[in-house]
Amino acid sequence: MSGPSWQMRLFRHPHAKIAAIPMILTTLVVFVGGTAWTVVYSFTNSKLLPRLKFVGFQQYDRLWSNSRWQVSIENLMLYGVFALVFTIAIGFLLAVLLDQKIRFEDTFRTVMLYPFALSFIVTGLVWQWILNPEFGVQSMVRALGWEDFVFNPLYDPDIVMFGLLIAGLWQGTGFVMCIMLAGLRGVDEDIWKAARVDGIPTWKTYLFIVVPMMRPVFITTLVIVASGIIKLYDLVVAQTSGGPGIASQVPAMYVYDYMFTAQNLGQGLAASTMMLLSVLIVLIPWAYLEFGGRKHG
Amino acid sequence: MANVQSLQGPRGTKPRRRFSGRNIMIYGTLLFVSLYYILPLWVMVMTSLKGMPEIRLGNVFGPPVDITFQPWVKAWAEACTGLNCDGLSRGFWNSVQILVPSVILSIAVASVNGYALVNWRFKGSEVFFTILIFGSFIPYQVMLYPIVIILREMGIYGTLWGLVLVHTIFGMPILTLLFRNYFSSIPEELFKAARVDGAGFWGIYFRIMLPMSLPIFVVAVILQVTGIWNDFLFGVVYTKPDLYPMTVQLNNIVNSVQGVKEYNVNMAATILTGLVPLIVYFVSGKLFVRGIAAGAVKG
Amino acid sequence: MKFKALFGLLAAGLMATSAANATELEVTHWWTSGGEAAAVAEFAKAFDASGDKWIDGAIAGSGGTARPIMISRITGGDPMGATQFNHGNQALELVEAGLMLDLTDVAEANNWKEIIFPKSLLDACTVDGRIYCAPVNIHSPEWLWISNKVYEDIGIPVPKNWNEFVASAPQVEAAGKIPLALGNQPWQSNLAFGAITTAVAGLDIWKAVNVQKDMGVAAGPEMAAVFEAAASARKLAAKSTVQDWNQATNLVITDQAAGQIMGDWAQGEFQVAQEVAGKDYTCLPGLGLNAYLSTGGDAFYFPKLDDDEKEAAQKRLAALLVSPKVQVAFNLKKGSLPIRGDVDLSAANDCMKKGLDLLASGNILPSGDMVWSPDVMTQAADLMVEFWKSDMPAGEAHKRWVAILETGL
Repeated sequence: MSGPSWQMRLFRHPHAKIAAIPMILTTLVVFVGGTAWTVVYSFTNSKLLPRLKFVGFQQYDRLWSNSRWQVSIENLMLYGVFALVFTIAIGFLLAVLLDQKIRFEDTFRTVMLYPFALSFIVTGLVWQWILNPEFGVQSMVRALGWEDFVFNPLYDPDIVMFGLLIAGLWQGTGFVMCIMLAGLRGVDEDIWKAARVDGIPTWKTYLFIVVPMMRPVFITTLVIVASGIIKLYDLVVAQTSGGPGIASQVPAMYVYDYMFTAQNLGQGLAASTMMLLSVLIVLIPWAYLEFGGRKHG
Repeated sequence: MANVQSLQGPRGTKPRRRFSGRNIMIYGTLLFVSLYYILPLWVMVMTSLKGMPEIRLGNVFGPPVDITFQPWVKAWAEACTGLNCDGLSRGFWNSVQILVPSVILSIAVASVNGYALVNWRFKGSEVFFTILIFGSFIPYQVMLYPIVIILREMGIYGTLWGLVLVHTIFGMPILTLLFRNYFSSIPEELFKAARVDGAGFWGIYFRIMLPMSLPIFVVAVILQVTGIWNDFLFGVVYTKPDLYPMTVQLNNIVNSVQGVKEYNVNMAATILTGLVPLIVYFVSGKLFVRGIAAGAVKG
Repeated sequence: MKFKALFGLLAAGLMATSAANATELEVTHWWTSGGEAAAVAEFAKAFDASGDKWIDGAIAGSGGTARPIMISRITGGDPMGATQFNHGNQALELVEAGLMLDLTDVAEANNWKEIIFPKSLLDACTVDGRIYCAPVNIHSPEWLWISNKVYEDIGIPVPKNWNEFVASAPQVEAAGKIPLALGNQPWQSNLAFGAITTAVAGLDIWKAVNVQKDMGVAAGPEMAAVFEAAASARKLAAKSTVQDWNQATNLVITDQAAGQIMGDWAQGEFQVAQEVAGKDYTCLPGLGLNAYLSTGGDAFYFPKLDDDEKEAAQKRLAALLVSPKVQVAFNLKKGSLPIRGDVDLSAANDCMKKGLDLLASGNILPSGDMVWSPDVMTQAADLMVEFWKSDMPAGEAHKRWVAILETGL
C-alpha cells in the first residue's frame, strides 16, 4: 500500500508506544483476558475453585430457568430505563435552572453535588432509614394528621425498585447536573443572541438548538450513567438486600452470590457472561457512531 | 480551549425584576429540590447527635433533645472491629496510604493515555479505547477472581502495590475518556507547532499539555479521591488486615449483624468516613464544574 | 558501612528474639458484635497466654461478606494463619486442593474422636479420613421466641407449641400486633422453613430428605404438608417490615410482635434488653413440637503456610480452641453450646440449659450446611424468600424446592 512498511509504522514514535503500554496491557490482559477467562469457565462446572471440566450450556440452561435471574434482569431493565431518563432529564433541568443567572449558584450546586461524594453503601443506608414506614417519611406525614397516608416503597414488591431509584437519583443527579451545566456554559453566547433576535422562545432554544449542540456532553453522560447502572450492587445490598422476597434483585448480586456464597463459580460466570454480552450489544452501536460514522482528521 | 475561557458567566436570559413570577418559580423549584438533597444529611447529622433511647422513640427528622457527642467519640476511637477497639481511627492512615499513590498513579497513566489517544494515534488505538470503555461497564464483582489470579502471578497479591494497581486499572476507563475529551479540545495547531520545533512525545506532554490541563486534573483528582476513599471491596479483598482502609471499619460498625444496631454511631461513622471526599467537594466545587466543562464538552 | 552492618545485625537480632518469644498468627472471622467479640477475646487471651500472638482480622457483615475475602486470600497465595468457616461443605474444595493443614495428629493427640460431641461436628471436619478443622461451638436454629406480655394483654395463655401459636394468631392480630416477626433477608426465610420442617414433619422425614436424600419423600405428602404450614405461616408475617434478624427480635422484645422463629443466638438480644427467660419471654426449641435441634456451628480451618514455626503454632491453636477451659469461657460469652459434653456450664441461662439437655439426650440432627452444598443452600434460600414474601402457591414452591435439591445429588 502507499503507507510506510509495518516495521516503520511499529517503530515510529517509540515513546508514544511505550507510553501506551499500560493502557494496552490493561485492555488486553485485564479486560479482554478477564472476559475470555470468564466466558471459558462459564462453560465448566467449577464450584469454589476454577477447573476445566466442560459441561456445555448446562450453566446457561439453569441460569435462564432461574426465577431470581429473570427477576434480576427485569429489575435492571426497569431501573436502567428510569434511572437513565430521569438522571439525564433532572440533571439537565437543574442545570438549566442554575444557568438562569441566579444568586447563590455555588450553594445550590454544592447542595446538589455533595451526595456524589458519599458511597452507595451510605446512600442505601440513609434512604433505607428515611423510607422506613415505622419512623421515616410515612410516620412523619401520619403524625401531621394524614392517618391513612401510605408511603412504603421498600416493603412493597411492586414499587421497591422506585425506592431504590429515589436513592440512586439522589446520589447521581448532582454530578450529571454539573456536566450539563458545564455543557451549557460551553454554548456560544452568539447563539443565544441570534435566537433572541429571531424571537425564538427560551425553551425552544434549549430544546432544539442547545441540546443538539451538546451531543458530546450527552454521550459522555450516557457512558458514565449507564456504566453505573449495570454495576448496580452496593446500593441494593445496603438498602433492601434484594428484598422484599426477591423483588429488588439485580444481576450483579446474582453473580456475586453464586460465585462466593453458593460457591458455584460456573453459574456465577455464566451470569457474568450474560451481563458482558448485554454491554456489548449496547456498546457496539456506540462505537460505530463514535468511530465508524465519521473519520477523524 | 474556547469553552474553558468562556465559563465565567452564566448564560440564559437576564433576570428583569427580583420578584418576577419567573424568579419565584426558579427559586421555589430550586429550594424544593434542595430539600430532597439536604434531607438525608440532616437525618444523618441529627441522628448522630442523639442517644439511643431518643432514637427508639421514632421521628428521624426531629432535632435531638439532648445533644450528645458520644456517638462521634465512639465511632472514631472506641467502636470495635473484632478485638481492636479503636474505631475508625485505625483505618484512617491506611486509607491515606492507599489513596495517595493510587490517585497519583491512576491519573498519571490515564492522562498519558488520553494524550496518546488524541495526539499520537496509532493503528488500533481506537480499538483499545473502545475496549477500555467496555471495561468501564464490567461490574467489579465479575473481575474479582481474574484479578486475584493476575496479582498472584505477578507476586504482588496482598501488598499495597497490588491494590494501587487495581485502582489504576479500574480508574482507567472513565479517566481516559475525560482526558481524551479534554486534550482533543486543545487546538491541534499548538501541537503541530511544537512538533515543528522538534519537541518529542514527553516534551510536548510536560511543556504544553500539562500546564494547560489544570481543570481536568482537578476533576480527575476529585473523582479518584471519592472512588478510592469509598472503596471497600478491593481494599478488603486485595490487602491484609494491617492495610485495611477505613471503609472496612465502617462496614464492621454498620454491618454488625448480631447485637443491637447503634444507629447514632453508624451515622457518626458514616459522616466521619465521608468527610475527606465531602471536604474535597465543598472546597473545590467551582473548579470541578470548570474542569468537567473541559473534559466532557468536546467528544 | 559499619553502621549499616550494625543496623542489619540489630534488626536480625530483634527479629530472632521476637520469633523465639511468640509466633504471630493472623486469624480471620466474622464475629464482630459485642458478645461475639467478647467471645473471640477469650480465644485470643488464651492463645497469647500460651506464648503466641493472636493477630485479629475481623470482617463484619456475616459470612457472605467475609467468606469471599477469605477464599480470595487463600487462593491468592497470601493466606492467614487460621480462619473461621461454618463447618460443612464451605471449605471442602480448599481442603481437596491441598490448601489446608491436616490436623489429624492434633486430633489424635487430644483424643477429639472421643470428646467432641455430637460426633457429626467432627465428621463435618473430616475429608477422606483426615481431619482438617477444629469445631468450636454449636448453634441450633429451630427455636420459637415468644413475647409473654402480648399474650397476657390479650388474656390467653402463652402458646406451648407451634400449633397453639398459629391458632392464637387471629386474636393477636385483632389486638393490633404482628403474629410472627420475620426479617427480609433470604437466610431468615430459609431458617424459618427448616424449623417448620422439623416441627411439622418430624425427625424421620427430615433425615430421609436431607441425609438419605430420598427425593421420593421430598416430593411426598409429608413435605407437601410442611409447605402448606409454611404458606399459612407467611400470612402471619405479612406485616413484618424489617431487614435484619435482630430488628425482628426487637419487635418481640418490645411486644409489637408475638413471636419469631430464630436461632439460639436470639437470646443474646433478650439478655441485652434485660428480659428474663420464662418471665418476659418464652423459648421453645424445635418450635415446641419436636424437641430436636439441628446442630450447625463454626469451625476453624488452618491454611497451609510454608513455615514450620507457624505450622507448629497453628497446631497449638487448634488444640487450644477445643480445650475444656477455653470452650467454657468462649461459649458462655457467645451464648452458644460447647462442642464437648464434659464441661461445666452451670452459669448458663434457662434457654441455654434447654439446649444443653436436648444435646445430652441426643435429639439432634446435622445442620443443612453439613448435608447440602452451599449452592443448594443458596438456591433454597432464594426460593424460600420468594415464597415467604409473595403469594406463590405451596404446590409450586414444593415442586421448585425438589428441583433445587436434585441439583445437589
